[in-house]
Amino acid sequence: MTAYIIRRLLATIPVMVVVALFVFLLLHLTPGDPAAVIAGDDASPAEIDGIRRKLGLDRPIWEQFGIYVGNLLRGDLGTSIFSNLPVLTLVKQRLEPTLVLAVSTLVVAVAFAVPMGVLAAWKARSLIDRVVMGFSVLGFALPVFLIGYLLIYVFAIELRWLPVQGYRPLSQGLGGTARSIALPALALGMVYMALIARITRASMLEVLSEDYIRTARAKGVATGSVLLRHALKNAAVPIVTVIGIGLTLLISGVVLTETVFNIPGLGRLTVDAILKRDYPIIQGLIILFAGAKVLVNLMIDISYTFLDPRIRY
Amino acid sequence: MTATIEAATATAGSRRFEWARHNPTIVIGSTILLCLVVLAAIAPWIAEDPLGFDPLNRLKRPSAEFPFGTDQFGRDVYSRVVYGARISLIVGVSVAVIATTIGLLIGMLCGYYRKVDAVVMRMMDGLMAIPAILLAIALITLMQASLTIVIIAISIPEIPRVVRLVRSVVLQVRGLPYIEAAIASGTRSHTIMARHILPNTVAPLIVQATYVCASAILLEAGLSFLGAGTPPEIPSWGNILSTGRSFFQISPWIIFFPGLMLAITVLAINLVGDGLRDSLDPRIARRL
Repeated sequence: MTAYIIRRLLATIPVMVVVALFVFLLLHLTPGDPAAVIAGDDASPAEIDGIRRKLGLDRPIWEQFGIYVGNLLRGDLGTSIFSNLPVLTLVKQRLEPTLVLAVSTLVVAVAFAVPMGVLAAWKARSLIDRVVMGFSVLGFALPVFLIGYLLIYVFAIELRWLPVQGYRPLSQGLGGTARSIALPALALGMVYMALIARITRASMLEVLSEDYIRTARAKGVATGSVLLRHALKNAAVPIVTVIGIGLTLLISGVVLTETVFNIPGLGRLTVDAILKRDYPIIQGLIILFAGAKVLVNLMIDISYTFLDPRIRY
Repeated sequence: MTATIEAATATAGSRRFEWARHNPTIVIGSTILLCLVVLAAIAPWIAEDPLGFDPLNRLKRPSAEFPFGTDQFGRDVYSRVVYGARISLIVGVSVAVIATTIGLLIGMLCGYYRKVDAVVMRMMDGLMAIPAILLAIALITLMQASLTIVIIAISIPEIPRVVRLVRSVVLQVRGLPYIEAAIASGTRSHTIMARHILPNTVAPLIVQATYVCASAILLEAGLSFLGAGTPPEIPSWGNILSTGRSFFQISPWIIFFPGLMLAITVLAINLVGDGLRDSLDPRIARRL
């Protein structure tokens, strides 16, 4: 087990090296002078020269990559061109809203989708099943910005139950945060719910046709217990996999959701950096998001060995 | 037995009807798509100039004159949405074609030549670790934004997924006796790949292409919505959504109509994809 975890940990190294190389090369693969690209269209030659020296673009390319990786390993994601602040500092300032949004979305989605999937599988081919399946097809097609604006329109503008946009930090009380994050989490969670409900249903259907389920029913185990203790537990591996896959999909959704709801998180940081062409921030965020994705995949792989003791590597 | 005889004697028309009855999702999905293609094709005849400014008619509610209302420059949202269908369809189809073609080539090489595999798959893993939207944003910001750049930038994050799919099919087929027989009888590598392995990848690739198409349309809209996609002077659905952002509370129609079209389009493509998957690969159909 420990050997497997270590092997799996080591396997993430080449992936992150490729990510770092790619992010590094992004600037150099562009046609023209990267310093001029960063400086924008109306920069003077002196400004361009300043940026070139600041980013170390005047050195040999292999040396630049060495310095870049060295900095990354020391936790230095670079420095913003405009604010002159380290990217890591900016990230720390914006981390809370994004984490709160991601965790709430995860909780909301799993809390709705797993019962939906279980119910659909239990009552297979019934009306409930059709409704759940219909929702799971529709959920994939609805873009997060459409759902987001629809939710704002209904719950914030028409009914006035919740704030229209913005984010209240945790330090100002949990209630305010919950109210400000409810609609974004629901909007972002929709695709995710569709995905989890679909897989939960499929996985449960397969398990429910097993002999031991029939045996459990025959010996008089209560339906709830059969569904949860016997079936759901054994159907868990694909469900956890898809929750993990969804978590990585969520990262792209976060950028869009934060824009719709005006949440000052990492997504807004990304968009603002794009508009200002603040390249070190974009590079730093790509490394960070890719790292998060790799970490999630690692945790999913390790969780298998706990969920299904038969899985041994 | 009777079923076989019936099927054999049935006319082509009723057989086609039978097929449609068994694949309702493909029929519904492709009908919607066909409508969209027609809409996009006849745009100049059914819509006004999508770029025409009209300062007197700013932020007008949907009415007989402006079915979907107007935006803050007085541009007709209906005309813009109709023209936007062109952009979304072009992006979806181009990305699907580019990503599956390149993915097929790389995937075949990886599955067949083990040495290529080790290096290329590490690269694909790295590429897949980067969220598609960020990768596309980074590529677009560095280049001069144009529709071609947007299509390329959206294609790149889609490629690794196609590569993985093709590679897994090739690895599966490679071990089968008929490939061994072909190698033993001295068939050349490229003939084996083209004649004996390639046909096996077609069915899963077609299904994958529909999903790539849907996700590309969503990604283009998302990028343009963020202001990092198709140049703002092109009326794409994402750009219409983006202009509607700041006026959402007073003129929600600027967001709703293109958003709705986007959802319908993606739904139609997904329906076709799901239907194709079920009819081309009965094994998956039983599981889902």
